Amino acid sequence: MKICVTSEGKTLDSRVDPRFGRCRNFIFFDTKTGDFEAQENTNAQFQGGAGIQSAQLVASNQVKAVLTGDVGPNAFQTLQAAGIVVFTGAAGSVKEAIEKYKKGGFTAVSGPSVVSHSGKQEMKK
Amino acid sequence: MIISVASGKGGTGKTTVAVNLALSLKNIQFLDCDVEEPNAHIFLKPLIKEKTEAYIPVPEIDEAKCAHCGRCQEVCAYHAIAVLPGNNGQKGSVLVFPHLCHGCGACSLLCPQTAIKEANRDTGVIEIGERNNMQFVHGRLNVGEAMSPPLVRQLKKYINPTRTVIIDAPPGTSCPVITAVKGSDFCLLVTEPTPFGLNDLILAVEVLRKLKIPFGVVINRSDIGDGKVEEYCKQENMPILMKIPFSREIAVSYSEGMPIIKKDASYQDKFINLYLNIRAIKSEANSRY
Repeated sequence: MKICVTSEGKTLDSRVDPRFGRCRNFIFFDTKTGDFEAQENTNAQFQGGAGIQSAQLVASNQVKAVLTGDVGPNAFQTLQAAGIVVFTGAAGSVKEAIEKYKKGGFTAVSGPSVVSHSGKQEMKK
Repeated sequence: MIISVASGKGGTGKTTVAVNLALSLKNIQFLDCDVEEPNAHIFLKPLIKEKTEAYIPVPEIDEAKCAHCGRCQEVCAYHAIAVLPGNNGQKGSVLVFPHLCHGCGACSLLCPQTAIKEANRDTGVIEIGERNNMQFVHGRLNVGEAMSPPLVRQLKKYINPTRTVIIDAPPGTSCPVITAVKGSDFCLLVTEPTPFGLNDLILAVEVLRKLKIPFGVVINRSDIGDGKVEEYCKQENMPILMKIPFSREIAVSYSEGMPIIKKDASYQDKFINLYLNIRAIKSEANSRY
């Protein structure tokens, strides 16, 4: 099964990027084979609609679950429509987040964890 | 002639200049295009006779016709549509985010299945009134609404070409301002002699040059602050058409909703002169081309 982790860098040792829509990279990880692939998030600079575009990008990769820090309303709605389960509160390295996920350490969220444009505020800091 | 009154910085005196200019002249139509916080009515006190709701057309998807081809999402410059193709025999879906939509109509025009209709989303109201033979129109954007240009565009449809039209523009230099001043014959830039006033004046000048609208500067509270704004105007060869010195009396009358010319009648001549100067610049520019 393929899952997606938002990441600051492009390796499994990179830190989890706490933002979803405006994260720097997506890491697509195959839980069966352990293979992974990193993809830069070109939607991060959008004035608006970054979450929606990112959710679509993730959906087009046939992902079943997303691990991230927080997710906004538009992204959540899009991910939900694509049938992707969202887990928030991920932190530390990508590898650690995946291990925690495999052990069932996350609970799926049933709604957005932050308001619109939270990731944009984060970028300004 | 359409004269718009703009400024980069907020609070420099756009409305003060627009209102007093309007009250000093005859055969005026006044358009308050600062739809996020219209305040010219406080000074002009028009009797509102007509009220119409303002809409923005947003896409409505006919799921039965939609083939989930993704064309609408591709052409949407504002990322307001998400198309999720179905997989494993599951039907896809289309999500519309109305608050991101600018109502440009590209999606409905370009949908190969003609599966997109436009539905009206309410964004505010337009109020039309009159006072002492001055026609008055303003818009009020709904609270929480992020996009004002569609309302400003709708408001500008009421422009009466048989009158001298004065447009009170919103502050700033982004889309709402551009929408408000576009098509004007002349633009007055109201500024103040402070570093903030100068910084934002420079930005506004860049906008007007790009839009090719002739303009002149009004310096409000001209006797306080520094001389950098005047220096800049000289350097750039921009006409300073009026200076309004700081006066506690003007500030007090402003807070009471009273125009300057009602407090100090000598200002009426100054505003008439301002208008005549604008006309002179315009006719000079016209004869040049």
